Amino acid sequence: MSLARIPRELLVLVVFLLSALGLCLQSALAADKAGDTASTVVSSSNPIEQALLDVKSEDAVVRGKAVALLIEKGDASLIPKLDEIRAEADRAVRQAIKPVIDLLKNHANLTSEQPDTRRSAAADLVGTGRPEAITWLEEAAAKEQVWWVKYTMEESARLIQLRSEDQGVRLVAAKKLGDLKSQNGLSALKEFVEAGAQSGATNEQRALADAAQVSIGQIDSWYWWASAIETMFRGVSLSSILLIMSLGLAVVFGLMGVINMAHGELMMIGAYATFVTQQAFIGWFSPDVFDWYFPVALPIAFLSAALFGWVLEATVIRFLYGRLLETLLATWGVSLILMQAARVYFGDLTAVIAPQALRGGAQVMVGVYLPYNRIFIIILSIICVLGIYFLLFRSNLGIRVRSVTQNRNMSACLGIPTRKVDSYTFAFASGLAGIAGWALTMVGNVDPGLGQNYIVDAFMVVVTGGVGKLAGAIWASLGIGGLNKLIEPVSGAVYGKVFILVGVILFLQWRPQGLYAAKGRNADA
Amino acid sequence: MPEQVVTHQGSRETLSFYAVGVLFLIVVPLLNVLPAEDSWLHISDFRLNQFGKFLAFAILALGLDLIWGYCGVLSMGQGVFFGFGAYCMGMYLSLQIGKESVYGSDLPDFMVWTQVKELPLFWYPFKSFLGGFLGAILVPVLFATIFGFLAFRSRIKGVYFAIITQALAFAAWLVFNRNETRLGGTNGLTDFKQLLGFRLSDPSTQRGLYILTVLALAASYMLCRWIIASRAGNVLIAIRDSESRVTFSGYTPWMYKLFVFVVAAGLAGLSGMLYVPQVGIITPAQIGVLPSLEVVIWVAVGGRGTLIGAILGAVAVNYGRSVLTNYFPEAWPFILGGLFVIVVTMFPDGLVGMIRKLSERKKPHRPLIKAEGSTAA
Repeated sequence: MSLARIPRELLVLVVFLLSALGLCLQSALAADKAGDTASTVVSSSNPIEQALLDVKSEDAVVRGKAVALLIEKGDASLIPKLDEIRAEADRAVRQAIKPVIDLLKNHANLTSEQPDTRRSAAADLVGTGRPEAITWLEEAAAKEQVWWVKYTMEESARLIQLRSEDQGVRLVAAKKLGDLKSQNGLSALKEFVEAGAQSGATNEQRALADAAQVSIGQIDSWYWWASAIETMFRGVSLSSILLIMSLGLAVVFGLMGVINMAHGELMMIGAYATFVTQQAFIGWFSPDVFDWYFPVALPIAFLSAALFGWVLEATVIRFLYGRLLETLLATWGVSLILMQAARVYFGDLTAVIAPQALRGGAQVMVGVYLPYNRIFIIILSIICVLGIYFLLFRSNLGIRVRSVTQNRNMSACLGIPTRKVDSYTFAFASGLAGIAGWALTMVGNVDPGLGQNYIVDAFMVVVTGGVGKLAGAIWASLGIGGLNKLIEPVSGAVYGKVFILVGVILFLQWRPQGLYAAKGRNADA
Repeated sequence: MPEQVVTHQGSRETLSFYAVGVLFLIVVPLLNVLPAEDSWLHISDFRLNQFGKFLAFAILALGLDLIWGYCGVLSMGQGVFFGFGAYCMGMYLSLQIGKESVYGSDLPDFMVWTQVKELPLFWYPFKSFLGGFLGAILVPVLFATIFGFLAFRSRIKGVYFAIITQALAFAAWLVFNRNETRLGGTNGLTDFKQLLGFRLSDPSTQRGLYILTVLALAASYMLCRWIIASRAGNVLIAIRDSESRVTFSGYTPWMYKLFVFVVAAGLAGLSGMLYVPQVGIITPAQIGVLPSLEVVIWVAVGGRGTLIGAILGAVAVNYGRSVLTNYFPEAWPFILGGLFVIVVTMFPDGLVGMIRKLSERKKPHRPLIKAEGSTAA
């Protein structure tokens, strides 16, 4: 034991000594290097290179001059050199160099190819607060084509001007910010108002406070409208999700007299089909074509859900025609099985990566930002409605479906294969659910509870709209989706749902059969 | 449609009712107390307690059978009324914890976590047992009256009613999950210590609760039978079979529906009230959409339209569940879903229907349905 211990302690000692020696050598070398650079300071003639050297100076005045020169004359090519200096320098120098790098980088980015880069550069320049940036921003804004980038550039320039020493410049900037409806300017403007309200405020401060107050009023009223528009958009977006879901339900309910509680799980099948397609693309194809998984998944989602619906109809539902409550219970059982199967097989948390084209959003006006995925769903729901309309009311298949709905025996006598019509209609409606699931992967996770999240609302839509009427489904989903998003900010999502339920019950007091009631002898069926 | 039992099996069913009643009321508790622990006849405290829970569920199932099996109105929100009853009793029990709670405060523990300094006003009635008891029955009854009045008067029926009640269950689940409703949020109410001075952890208290449950179940069963055998019961069955004809005959179906809906809600409240002290916890998970639907499957499995079927179904399905979740926890939703599908498509009359079919095969000369008017006598 003790013999083994001694060499180990010796070893530690040797290592320690060696490393101490190394440190001494290193610092000596560094001192040498410093001496070298100090000797070259005198010999440099180019002002930028001179400034690059001065920036390392320990004298704050020299450093300040160098920084100002670098900002004024420098360009992005200096950034690597500055980064090098920064990596070696001590804290004070690093702090002096940091804004220089930021400014030069953002200045260069103002002329970038990417609008987003230009915009964020303009926004970042506000933080530096350097007056030089104002001229850069104004120059860039004059050349800018994209209105939203141009807006940000002008806004940033005004925001920097707010900090100017000159009262006139500040006044103009405060007014301009009001005209621009700048939300970013609100906090600064409010500070002016507060400063003006203090007892010892100068006349200048009061004038500025007045101008700021006017601008704040302008901005606030603008944002009230903007948020109203955004709420409306969110309402329409939720409505279109509900609409896509309830279309399939309404077709099956209205035309076949089947309540399909497994509709949500058919959507889940569509969503998982999308997920599996994505995994296949990740596994088998090059990343360049990755985004193509999404369009490829559309027919896969439709077909897999439709196939499952076809099997479901052939094995369970066809025994239950004419017994509404029984279809409801049996399909509930199917939905339980499907949900648990998905939970066992896929686990709980999976998500789909949106293709490039659906990421981000459009800034349609100041303060109104519309995400592309939501727009996509709205458009998809419109396409679905049109598609179903043409299929049901403008095609041969539609005529058969409607005639079976009206009078099954008579249709059979006229040679319509009613069993086939049933099974195709159900498969088609299931396929619609698959498409809904495909679209829903863009706005949320893919999980076994996917269908359950919306199914209650979707049924409310069907009940409110009236049995199997397309127009009813459209109006009811608009009403319920819109109301939901309207109430949500006031009362929170949970009580919003409760209010909707109360609203639907009260509505049914007035119209027990929904918006578009079935008329005639089928009404009580 | 399954015809009612009372019409032609009256005396036989009375007999079996008393036999089963005596078995559950006297024999089972005795088997719990008398035989030695290791005897095969012995029923453990755990099993007795579990049985008490199943029988409490049977009361809930009776209520649903009354409205669905006899009146043809499918309510998918019975879990909500069960929850009201359970929460009312749970609030009383929570206030009985007193200084024994984890934080030693007079307030229930969850209020201490969520920084509620004073007892909310609506908790005050539950300081007394009478408040908890009456609340557990009256709150569901009152709620069902308002909800049912709005729903039935405007002739919301069939699937519409089913969907609306399901939405009700969903909404109730959301609301009970919130912390600001002061009902314990997701964790619900639990950790009860005593009921009217009896320790809940004491086996003899649990035995007493079990006997109470059996008595309550017997009383509920008799109440339902009385309703079915009355003239109103005939109207209920007529509504199930053809509502328009009943209307044309000069009756007002919605009033009968409302009545039976309210009775079902009261039974659900009673069931919840008995459930809480035996199980010791009530959370929103027990009152949502799925628990409400499970009640439907109990009745469907047992055989709707027969009161015995409801009780049988509730006990059988729950017993099967407790056995199966022990061995295959992941398989239960598959089995439950499969039960839904198979029972609905193949055995619409449930267990009771199957048993009756078998016994009728042996005695083929029995008339299937007696004259319809005979029940009124």
